[in-house]
Amino acid sequence: MKVALFIPCLNEHFFAETSINMVKVLRHLNIEVEYVEDQTCCGQPAFNSGYVNEVKPLAEKYIKLFADHDYIIAPSGSCVSMVKNHYGGLDLPQNVKKTYERLKSKIYEFSEFLVDVLNLEKIDAQFQHKITFHDSCHALRELFIKDQPRKLINMIKGIQLIEMNESDSCCGFGGTFSYKYADVSIAMVARKCENIVSSEAEFCVGVDSSCLMNIDGYLKKNNPNIKTLHIADLLAKSMNL
Amino acid sequence: MELSPKEIKSKVKSAIKDDSLRKAVYNATVSTGVTRERIISEIPYWEKLRSKAHLIKKETIDNLDKYLELFEKKCIENKINVHWAVDSKEARDIILKIAKEKEVTRIVKSKSLTTEEINLNDELVNSGIETLETDLGEYIIQLKKQAPSHLIIPALHLSKEDVGKLFEEKLNIEYTSDPKKLLKVAREKLREKFLIADMSVTGANFGIAESGAFCIIENEANAHLSISLPKIHVALMGIEKMIPDIKALPYFLKLLAPSATGQKSSTYVNLVGGPSREKYNEGPEEVHIILLDNGRSKILEDQDLRETLYCIRCGACLNACPVYQEIGGHAYNWVYMGPIGITLIPQYLGEIEGKHAPYLSSLCGACYEVCPVKINLPEHILKLREKVVEKGASNIFEKTGMKIWSFAAQRTKIYRFLSWFPTKIQKLLPNGKSFPAPGYYKERILPEFDSKGFRKRFYELERSSKNEK
Repeated sequence: MKVALFIPCLNEHFFAETSINMVKVLRHLNIEVEYVEDQTCCGQPAFNSGYVNEVKPLAEKYIKLFADHDYIIAPSGSCVSMVKNHYGGLDLPQNVKKTYERLKSKIYEFSEFLVDVLNLEKIDAQFQHKITFHDSCHALRELFIKDQPRKLINMIKGIQLIEMNESDSCCGFGGTFSYKYADVSIAMVARKCENIVSSEAEFCVGVDSSCLMNIDGYLKKNNPNIKTLHIADLLAKSMNL
Repeated sequence: MELSPKEIKSKVKSAIKDDSLRKAVYNATVSTGVTRERIISEIPYWEKLRSKAHLIKKETIDNLDKYLELFEKKCIENKINVHWAVDSKEARDIILKIAKEKEVTRIVKSKSLTTEEINLNDELVNSGIETLETDLGEYIIQLKKQAPSHLIIPALHLSKEDVGKLFEEKLNIEYTSDPKKLLKVAREKLREKFLIADMSVTGANFGIAESGAFCIIENEANAHLSISLPKIHVALMGIEKMIPDIKALPYFLKLLAPSATGQKSSTYVNLVGGPSREKYNEGPEEVHIILLDNGRSKILEDQDLRETLYCIRCGACLNACPVYQEIGGHAYNWVYMGPIGITLIPQYLGEIEGKHAPYLSSLCGACYEVCPVKINLPEHILKLREKVVEKGASNIFEKTGMKIWSFAAQRTKIYRFLSWFPTKIQKLLPNGKSFPAPGYYKERILPEFDSKGFRKRFYELERSSKNEK
């Protein structure tokens, strides 16, 4: 099986290590991975701020680049959802729309791919720590990813998953929202981190680097003992890759 | 109280600093949300109800002209006086005219957001008519001279201690924070007013086209008393509140109570089908309904956004919204707040005047998940942001930035160069720390740019695994 990597901007420029860990896990499971050379950004930041005209050419570029791959995998629920759920509403040329129809059923968030497509049931992994899980909004409510990462976590020996209060409430990032209404965004992440702290977990795990960046940024200033881990990092770490 | 969402940014800033407000709002919204969830978990066909209600609303709103005409015809048959108001002023004038003609000196009101929308109370009081809110929450905020901070729970931002202090000051009673005692005081004050009022003003939750009747849902029986005791009853209803027939009503009754307050059903469902009939000899002698447009027909013109007219004002999206939970309703500085509020603000008041509203959301989607009539709020919020940009009203730096970035992202090499550049600048920053970002940076540390980026690392990994082989 061969998959095409869709590496969102944050995972290219800030969290490259997480993306590398995703590659390592996939390879360990005997999946061939391919980097689609010309990829840039899916356009989500512009789309979420109302700049559809700026998004259209990027969507076109993306669709053409990725359409002929069997599986497209990304370490981010929100960027996958951008392509899967929001490209359809853009005013794109007819032929591009047709190609898009082919593409949209082939794109998966990483944990979703492992559980729903590969039907992974067992892994040789160990992690002797207490963790809690943050449900990212777009993964949860736009892609309905809730059980998949938890299933993966529970395959790891020694790990203790403690559900925090309100695991499904927003961390307050919201892209440009985080600086447009920074005070509100900070209040939201503070609330999220309170819940993380009271879970007494050592790590907060998630499927989106953007939420984790926001949470980690706050924890570093206020509770530096608790770390964030992307699900790809957790798997690679616990599988000794 | 004249409200303007233009001030939304500064209001948000002051709300976020008010810890006691935030605590009250958070506790109330979360506990209502929890009760809601418990109740709907006992209704196995909840999702089907939502879909059905959505379809009924869609059909009604798509054919609103037809239903409004039918409603008017049937109301007239039922001896209900029907008035049409294009805007707030017309609606206020109609109500004042009725009051003056009948020499009304005392009005009792039962909770109605639509009357808040037209700013009715000020106008009545200025015309020398004693106007009293009879819903407990509304009564409290009327005493406090505030606007409602929630669609369903108007005094949600106040604690029982706040109410105790307010009653002590305004009603000259001994201070107590015991809700039961406070309730008793309010009840005594209000009861006598029902008996001496000449006219009542209410809203309406649903207009039933085929029956020429309308429905008022409540828990305190204050609406029931308002519409039964005074001789004149005036109801103000937005034109979007229409449903086709009485058969449609149970779907909404089933959805509204759990969504609004986490109750299985509301305590009182009042159906008004005309003035008192001779054989019963009770109830008002005159019933008026005012159908208010005030911008609604403009919303109707937009195929995408007209879904926002399906709203039944249950407030579930407010309780679920993590932004509302932090700032409360006054920060929006308008009668409709929370996720539904930020979609209505620019539609009612113009995209430019209300341009900050649609950005007051992290697009988390919790509102859509709980909406009983399945209004896709995040999608509408996005559409309204699009309109801000379309009108050229977005921030100039942001606009330029987005244009440059989009230009670059279409051209892989330029994009790579632009993203390589900051990694170099980063090295020049003191302590090799990350870029300062205004606002964001205050309480959060930004991560550092990866020195190589994924692409480079990936090819390195490829090479090293080939060498191993």
